[in-house]
Amino acid sequence: MSEAQTLRPPGLPRVLGVIALGGIAGSLARYGLAAAIPHSPGGFPWATFLTNVAGCLAIGVLFARLTPQSHPLLRPFLGTGVLGGFTTFSTYAVDTEKLMHVQTHAHLFVAFVYFFGTVATALLAATVGAWLGRRR
Amino acid sequence: MSALLVALGAAIGAPLRFLADKHLVGRLLRGSQQPLPWGTFAVNVAGSFVLGLMTGVADQTWTLLIGVGFCGAFTTYSTFAAETTALAGSGLRIKALLNVILNLGIGLFAALAGAAIAT
Repeated sequence: MSEAQTLRPPGLPRVLGVIALGGIAGSLARYGLAAAIPHSPGGFPWATFLTNVAGCLAIGVLFARLTPQSHPLLRPFLGTGVLGGFTTFSTYAVDTEKLMHVQTHAHLFVAFVYFFGTVATALLAATVGAWLGRRR
Repeated sequence: MSALLVALGAAIGAPLRFLADKHLVGRLLRGSQQPLPWGTFAVNVAGSFVLGLMTGVADQTWTLLIGVGFCGAFTTYSTFAAETTALAGSGLRIKALLNVILNLGIGLFAALAGAAIAT
């Protein structure tokens, strides 16, 4: 690729294309992990927890490594596509809702720990990722 | 077949999240300084509501296509976390906290509302 081509920002169709490809890869990985680590109706949703925490660690590293010189499709592909597709907020919210619905005190406790445990660990993971990815 | 349905849903969900963020919400908020990441908030709330609705659907095909594929890829935890830590990192701790409260509070409410309608 010539220098003139790399300097020209990619058009919207190419950006959307790499986001779709990345989103497919990330979502299939999430689906595979969920199938590998199933949880019982009242159990802690480990697969989604691990997916979201790992994805947050990775996005911390990624954003710390990206520079204005990085390929313009790298952030849409890896950040918006792969990691956006890998991590999920909807399953997190609905898994919490399902745990709340089981309506025994033990499951309400699991719902509470899952809901707040995920956000605390995910934010910590994103911070640690940014620190790990920092250029020294 | 299952993987194909998930992939198809994701191929629509992920680009739609980008468009919703950059070309809808970004345009509405142009000019305002350091706004909250409303795009991510909007997709997370909308996706949680739709997945809540999907709890009433028993059909495996629709669950994989819309639930696992579309809603999973449309919503995001990684961007939510990165935007929150970026706000906190630039000294905007109140905005970072507000972002967490809004996403978690309204997101969970949307999931509960969707599931309530579905039952």
